[in-house]
Amino acid sequence: MKLNDEENEILAGKAGPVPQQALQHQIKVGEFFDAEDFVPVTQAHIMADTESLGEAGVRWLEGLAAVSHGQRRVRIPTITDPRGTDFANAKLLGQTSAMLDLERRAIAAFEQLGVAMTNTCINYQTIQAPTRNEHAAFGDTGVVIYSNSVCGARSNFEGGPSALAAGLTGRTPRYGFHLPELRRGTLRIQVDYTPTTLNGWGALGGVIGRLAGNYWTVPVVEGIEGAAKSDQLKHFGASMASFGSVALFHLVGLTPEAGRLADVADEGLPVHRITKADADALQRSYHTDDQVDVVVFSAPQLSLYELSDLAGLCDGRRFSVPLLAVTSPQVKPDCDRMGYTARIEAAGGNVLSGMCFYQSYAREISEARGWKRLATNSAKLVNILGGYGYRPMLASMESCVDAAVNGKLART
Amino acid sequence: MSTGVFKARHAMGRTVRGLALVAHDGFSARYDLDRIKGVFSRPAHKLAGQSYVGRILVLDTAKGGVATAWMLHEMQSRGIVPLAIVLNSVNPILAQGAALGDVPMLAGFDVDITAAVPNGAEVEVNPQMSLLTVA
Repeated sequence: MKLNDEENEILAGKAGPVPQQALQHQIKVGEFFDAEDFVPVTQAHIMADTESLGEAGVRWLEGLAAVSHGQRRVRIPTITDPRGTDFANAKLLGQTSAMLDLERRAIAAFEQLGVAMTNTCINYQTIQAPTRNEHAAFGDTGVVIYSNSVCGARSNFEGGPSALAAGLTGRTPRYGFHLPELRRGTLRIQVDYTPTTLNGWGALGGVIGRLAGNYWTVPVVEGIEGAAKSDQLKHFGASMASFGSVALFHLVGLTPEAGRLADVADEGLPVHRITKADADALQRSYHTDDQVDVVVFSAPQLSLYELSDLAGLCDGRRFSVPLLAVTSPQVKPDCDRMGYTARIEAAGGNVLSGMCFYQSYAREISEARGWKRLATNSAKLVNILGGYGYRPMLASMESCVDAAVNGKLART
Repeated sequence: MSTGVFKARHAMGRTVRGLALVAHDGFSARYDLDRIKGVFSRPAHKLAGQSYVGRILVLDTAKGGVATAWMLHEMQSRGIVPLAIVLNSVNPILAQGAALGDVPMLAGFDVDITAAVPNGAEVEVNPQMSLLTVA
């Protein structure tokens, strides 16, 4: 990789061992992908729940935080994805003191490195959405695909170590979706309907993600009518990224780089048709039981509008199984202030903050609480939780709330 | 299936030799693995129930989210880790995880590498030469 004077100085250790180690890591990754040079980034977002880090990852962070000379703090605004717990609700989740201690150690290390503990995967709704052509280093696939596709920003999937490295050096290797030529559509999709529910958007995203199949495929979707809402595209993108490892999509006539098909795709790209029946089939494939042990709204964290809708559905109801709604620390105070939390809790539900269900020791939660059959309106969540031993089921928010009341999920 | 030498477009890490565990399926440490037991745990995965510990994984594509970037490092610390990872198609997360976790990696071949390498074959991963050799 070509390095400029500043980068050569960092690599030589003149800024201290922390940025030196960060740049060494970035060069390894950049050379793996044949990056020619680095591109400056304006903000970084770190996925670092302690189930992923484990003791080894936390010790690694503490090692960086303990360095006493040179630059140790991040150079650009650097924020965090959800933590592995909501400390106020850890007992509800059956989490152990060891898990919480590990979280506290990770938080302390990040704070010493200058990282802002925002603990959110919806920073594009709550902290600061990136702008078109803004280069960033975002972790969390849902954040990346939304930022790339809906905002027109430029980021690869940056796992925790790489996002932290970007925060410490203020740059990232220029490869993948930082390059205009790789942002052009490679998979042309024609849909014959426009979803109306969040689970419906997620199911469509899942079908497209499966078809796309890998990170480098860029779906270009035609046929969506009207103006999709932020929460709808949040679920659409998060699911596509989860099912297909996809980091960028275009909606012709809707997303900023795709005013016309010709703006993002070459002529002659074969058309793949996706129908509502395809998305419905994906949803039905997860409906493996009628009984439900727990209802979870998470992945991505809920916006204030989603919580408002949920509160409306909870009015006058009484749950027979636990219902968890997970949001960000930025949204939770408003959720409380608007009275949504009280209405959800009055029905027997809980509103959690700063975590995400699958990032919070999901396997151990299942074992501690006996939760296996889980209903959710998040297609991303159903895709992930199978590997954690759950039987996740996808349904609308309305059906999930009904399931929390009856303990049964209605067939559709 | 065949014996032979296969050139990768992307390579990282040390040279290692071991037994291949092969499937035309994806890979994500969070989605697919029980990292405590060291087995593939996603029921729908073609390697469900099989141990990945000390094996050279030969799979189709990187899948899922960003957690693998940390998890390979964590798995390496406990010795419950693949010896190397070989993919038809890689994503940044797997590469970032391999860099932190010191897991040799090859990706990007002119053939479907999951069809070219027999399951259980002894293979050598040589990132310096960007070569996968089936013994």
